Amino acid sequence: MTGAAPMLVARNLTKQFGSFTALQDVSLDISPGEVLCIIGPSGSGKSTFLRCLNQLERLDGGAVWIDGELIGYRRVGDKLHPLSDAEVARQRLATGMVFQRFNLFQHMTALQNIVEGPITVQKRPRAEVMAEALALLDRVGLADKRDAYPAQLSGGQQQRVAIARALAMKPKLMLFDEPTSALDPELVGEVLAVMRGLAGSGMTMIVVTHELGFAREVGHRVVFMDRGAVVEAGSPQQILSNPQQARTRDFITAVLN
Amino acid sequence: MQPTVSQSAAPDYDIGKLSIVKPRHYGRWLAAAAILAILLFIVKAFADGQIAWRVVGQFFTAPAILSGLVNTIAMTVCAMALGITLGVIFAVMAMSPNPVLRGTAVLYIWFFRGTPLILQLLLWFNLALVFPRIGIPDVFSIRTVELITPFVATLLGLGINQGAYTAEVVRSGILSVDSGQTEAASAIGMTRLTALRRIVMPQAMRVIIPPVGNEVISMVKLTSIASVIQYSEILRNAQTIYYANNYVIELLFVAAIWYLAVVTVLSIGQHFLERHFGRGQRKTASAQKTGALT
Ligand SMILES: Nc1ncnc2c1ncn2[C@@H]1O[C@H](COP(=O)(O)OP(=O)(O)OP(=O)(O)O)[C@@H](O)[C@H]1O
Ligand SMILES: [Mg+2]
Repeated sequence: MTGAAPMLVARNLTKQFGSFTALQDVSLDISPGEVLCIIGPSGSGKSTFLRCLNQLERLDGGAVWIDGELIGYRRVGDKLHPLSDAEVARQRLATGMVFQRFNLFQHMTALQNIVEGPITVQKRPRAEVMAEALALLDRVGLADKRDAYPAQLSGGQQQRVAIARALAMKPKLMLFDEPTSALDPELVGEVLAVMRGLAGSGMTMIVVTHELGFAREVGHRVVFMDRGAVVEAGSPQQILSNPQQARTRDFITAVLN
Repeated sequence: MQPTVSQSAAPDYDIGKLSIVKPRHYGRWLAAAAILAILLFIVKAFADGQIAWRVVGQFFTAPAILSGLVNTIAMTVCAMALGITLGVIFAVMAMSPNPVLRGTAVLYIWFFRGTPLILQLLLWFNLALVFPRIGIPDVFSIRTVELITPFVATLLGLGINQGAYTAEVVRSGILSVDSGQTEAASAIGMTRLTALRRIVMPQAMRVIIPPVGNEVISMVKLTSIASVIQYSEILRNAQTIYYANNYVIELLFVAAIWYLAVVTVLSIGQHFLERHFGRGQRKTASAQKTGALT
C-alpha cells in the first residue's frame, strides 16, 4: 500500500440516470493488494460505482484507469474515442465481479460455469483450465459439487462458485457487490471465509458490504458513501469506531442495531 | 394428558393396523362407457358408410402419395430451417442498439405478419411478372420463371413468413432470460454476441422450444396450401388421384392418416428437446441430482 503504482484510479466519476445523479464527483485510488470496503445506505450509489469500474454502466463524467490503462476510451492526441464492444470486453478481463444475486449461468454445472470464461473468452487450453478450475473449486470448498447445477446449490455455495468463476479469469482486481446480502445468516460466514482467504493471498479487492465486522477485520480502508458521493474515507478503525461525520455515525449506529 | 379423560373419548393414534380403501372412480367408469359408446357409433357409421377402405389401404403407399409425403416433409424441414434462421437473425436485430437494424426488423415483422400467407405465396410465384430476369446486372442473370419453381416459391413464402412469427417467439425467449445472466457474461469478458450465443440463447431455448414445436406441427399442415401454386405435396397428389378415380374421401383419409403420423412423430421429438433444454431447472434438478452426485 505504499509507493507502488495504483491498481485503480477513479477520478471525478459522475453518473446520471435521467435527471437523477447517482454518482457525483467520486474519486478513489486503490493500491495493489489493498482491500477497500465501501459502506453506505441503500441507494447511495455503491453498486453504480462498481458497475462503472467494469463498464456495465457508461460514465457521464470522470475517468477510470486500471493498472495504468484508461477504461472505455482510446486516447488519440487530445481526443477520446469510445472503445468498441470487443475492446470493452477485453478490458473487463482485468476485473472480476461478484454479484449480490450470484448470477451463475443456470444451464451450466458449477465446473462449466468456472471454465466457460477461460475456454470461450480467453481461448486457453482445456486441460489446463480444467485442472485450475478443479483446484479453485477445492479452494472454495466445493470439490464435491463440480457437477451440480446452480439450482441444486444453496445460496452460499452458489456465491462461492461465482467467486471461483471470477477468479478463473485471473483478474487483477476483484469487485464484490454485497456478496452476502442475499444469503441466509448461517451461510454468510462460509462466503466471508473465502473472501478472507482471497484477501490474505494478496488480491486487490473492492467490497461493497454491510458486514462491518468483515470491513474492520479484513479491510485496509473503509469508504462511506451517501447520495452518490464519498462522505468519509479512512482506516476501518477511524471510520467504524470514530467517524467524523454525523451521517457516517448515524449509518453505523443504524447497521449495528 | 390428564388421567381423568376416559380411554374411550381419546382419539386412537395408532393407524398401523388399518388399511386404506382404494377409491372407486365411478366418474371415470361412467365417462369411459359414454365415450366408448360414442366411438363405437362413429366407427359403425363409417364402416356402414360409403367408404371403400380397400382403396384407402391400396393408395396408402402409392408412389404418388409417398412422393407427396416426402415433398411435404422436405418442405416442412426447409421452410422451418429458413424460418428459424430468419427468426433468430431478426429477433437479434430487433433488440440491437443499432436503430437501422432495429427498424429493418420491425418493418419485416410488420409486413410478413400483416399480409395473408396465400397472398405471399402467389406474390413469390408470380415474381416473374415484376422481374422477368433476376441476377447481378452485366455479370449474371437468370429467367425468373426458371428460378422460382413451385418449390422455391413455397419455400420463400412459408419460410420468410414463418421467420416473422419465429422472430417474435425468439425475442420473447431472449427477454425471459434474467439480465443478470448477460451482466455476468459481460463481467467475464464476453462480447454481446458471444453472451447471446453461449449464455442467453441456450436458456431462452426453454421458452422458445414449445411454441416453435407447435409451429413445426402447424407447418406440416400449412405446406398443404402450396397446392395452389402446384407444389406436389401430399394433399395435392391425393387430389390429383381423386380427380381421376373419384375416391375423394378415401384419398383424403390417406392424407389425413399420414399427416397424423408425421405430427405424432414430431410431438415425441418435441418432448425430448424440451427435456434437453430444461436441464438445470428446479423441476428436473432433483431427478438429475441422484444421477450426477453420488
Ligand atoms: N438503471 C437505473 N436507472 C435509473 N436509476 C437507477 C439505475 N440504477 C440505479 N439507479 C438509481 O441510482 C441510485 C443508486 O443506486 P445503486 O444501486 O448504486 O445504490 P446502492 O448504494 O448499491 O444501494 P443498495 O445498497 O440498495 O444496493 C438509486 O437511487 C437507484 O434508484
Ligand atoms: Mg447495490
